[in-house]
Amino acid sequence: MLTDERRPAPAQPEPPVEAGARRRRRPWSTVVVFLSPALVLFALLVLTPIAIAAYGSFFEWNGFGVPTAFVGLENFHRLLVDEIFVGDLRRALLLVVLSLCIQLPVSLALAMLLNQPLRGRRVYRMLFFAPYVLSEVVTAVLFTMIFSPNQGLANHITRLIGLGDLGATWLAEPDTVMYSLFLVISWKYFGFHTILYLAGRQGIPQELHDAAAIDGAGPWQAFRNITLPLLGPTIRISVFLSILGTIQLFDMIWVLTGGPIRSSETLAVTMFQEGFKRSHVGYASAISMAIFLISLTFGLLYQRFVLRRDLEGAITTIGDRR
Amino acid sequence: MTNPIRFSRRSVLGLAAAASAGAVLGGCGDDGGESGSGKKIRWWHIANTDPMLSKWAEMAKQFEAAHPGVKFEITPLENEAFKTKLTTVIQAGDPPDIFHTWGGGVLAQQADAGMVKDITAEVGGWRDTLIPTALDAYTIEGKTYASAVDTGMVGFWYNKQLFERAGLSKPPATWADYLEAVRKLKAANITPIALAGKEKWPGHYYWAYLAMRVAGLDALRQAAVDKDFTKPDFVAAGARLSELVALQPFQTGFLAAGYSTADGQAATMGNGKAAMELMGQWAPVVQRDNSAGKKGLGDKLGFFTFPAVDGGKGQITDAFGGGGGFAVGKDAPPEAVEFLKFIAQPDNARIEAKTAGVLPVVKAASDAVTDPNLKMVAETLSRSTGFQLYLDQAYAPAVGQQVNDSVAELLAGKASPEKLVEAVTTAAKQG
Repeated sequence: MLTDERRPAPAQPEPPVEAGARRRRRPWSTVVVFLSPALVLFALLVLTPIAIAAYGSFFEWNGFGVPTAFVGLENFHRLLVDEIFVGDLRRALLLVVLSLCIQLPVSLALAMLLNQPLRGRRVYRMLFFAPYVLSEVVTAVLFTMIFSPNQGLANHITRLIGLGDLGATWLAEPDTVMYSLFLVISWKYFGFHTILYLAGRQGIPQELHDAAAIDGAGPWQAFRNITLPLLGPTIRISVFLSILGTIQLFDMIWVLTGGPIRSSETLAVTMFQEGFKRSHVGYASAISMAIFLISLTFGLLYQRFVLRRDLEGAITTIGDRR
Repeated sequence: MTNPIRFSRRSVLGLAAAASAGAVLGGCGDDGGESGSGKKIRWWHIANTDPMLSKWAEMAKQFEAAHPGVKFEITPLENEAFKTKLTTVIQAGDPPDIFHTWGGGVLAQQADAGMVKDITAEVGGWRDTLIPTALDAYTIEGKTYASAVDTGMVGFWYNKQLFERAGLSKPPATWADYLEAVRKLKAANITPIALAGKEKWPGHYYWAYLAMRVAGLDALRQAAVDKDFTKPDFVAAGARLSELVALQPFQTGFLAAGYSTADGQAATMGNGKAAMELMGQWAPVVQRDNSAGKKGLGDKLGFFTFPAVDGGKGQITDAFGGGGGFAVGKDAPPEAVEFLKFIAQPDNARIEAKTAGVLPVVKAASDAVTDPNLKMVAETLSRSTGFQLYLDQAYAPAVGQQVNDSVAELLAGKASPEKLVEAVTTAAKQG
């Protein structure tokens, strides 16, 4: 997610250049000097690995030494018939759908609630945001304990409210593991989206709501016709982050479930399994290329068709139209 | 009105910057060191808990004292984390100077890639002090790539008290008896078997042993060579396992249970919550360390070998398992091999046997084994008519992992015995 960005190192001191030449080339030399550290790092840490992975994906390669056995598109062909990989796509889609239909609406509702003048509002905001501060691994370890089949808190609670051993299957059943996982992901990220929405909500001028109230709009009408449209840009960004995060999901699953029997694997987990557990580095590279292409395609299409209005300043347009 | 946007954006950015700076710095810190030229010995082992954690650190200190200039850099890792991390550094061409190995196909792949030293000549110096089969798992095409530290075998560890409560006077000797025992335990409201379904390797023991009993050791070895596991005997082994799965013998939620975690397989056994587990020679120690009060089962714990299968080609005396050894990385200084010799000294081997409860490979240290159960393992092992290394180590990594995955599916009731052998065969053919 956002934290993947590498910070550029401080700029190297500029080598001394003759005064005349300097004046003539100033725009370019300045650009080069300020851009090159970032560009070098970007090339080294982003472009080179992508290039190597792309190259490796055309080989049958166990990761030792230099790849030699060129197999063309064989690895990619294998992807299409690999039921684990196809399952990964299906599971990613499931998580995306669940996030968009449940997690984000709940976050939105909470944000609206937290925008109301209620007692202890700051405390709630802190509490809801707290899980997001934890690392995914810490969250996963925490929930392994909560979902522990025989000593876990979750089972204790289900037993208390008379649901018996329902909870024992949280992470242990291939049919329920994805939903348990979704629960944990939601727990971790809903606060982040809530804060986003809350921030967006507070950017909406109060006069709009005042005017609507004078015109006789009820709370639902105000929400539907003022808040929601003006939250559009925030919602679109939050959806974007949520989907990209889901495509790249790894740590949580690796620590939390590890299965059962590969039923909760995502693209990144399968890539890791193939590359580091089975020494199929060529095939794993093909999977990584697939993740890259999926993310890139999604990112570009989303920016082109969904975020375009925001990038062109949709808020002011609507504001003027008012 | 409060303005959380400023607060949150700043803190998020701050966190992001801190995280990425940390990542960059972390990447810098992990340099390869000057192994080879200097005398720094990077040692990776999997004894990440006491007592061996500190015993091995002590031995390293003694060695440092006796060899001026040698400096150890010890990295103790948890079993699963070790396998992953080792793969990463080896693929990067930078193996540790001394690292834990189980031998077999994984070591063979590392040897193929030139990542480990051929130490046949050096090990020759102390080969005679070891039990005869000690180095077999680490010897590939006549060349030895590691020195053995401990040995052992997998068998059923059972809770005598729970067996008695279910009316079982003696451990089962045939598969039919075994299934009957499971039924009786269930009838007595006792969880028959603890299993770490999440980690998969404990599950593969069941199919491996059944394949050994039904098809025999030679068939298992031949299958790896022919890359063909579809023989009817292997399907039959899976079918036998399905009979057990049908009885639902495992603890609730076993598919999500780890091995040595708070609520895992070893803890379930050590706390007396299940009647038996199929596990290696280290089981009593891990049970004890993970049980409430660190007591374990004490003398309630017993050991019996995997039962025979009627009409099977394998012997009940064929043993399955393996031990641990240390391989030497390609750029290691000569002192690294010298250190392997040092820990193979009888006195040091005795320390390992006594404190870690492992079976030593050093002949002279066998008197250090005092635990009656371990003695029984040692005896069974010494009487064994054949030996099979863990399949997930004996075979190439991709095949071993597929065995683990497919058996896990079978144990979860999600795959048929036929599907298991097909998947393993496909993995073997793909290499």
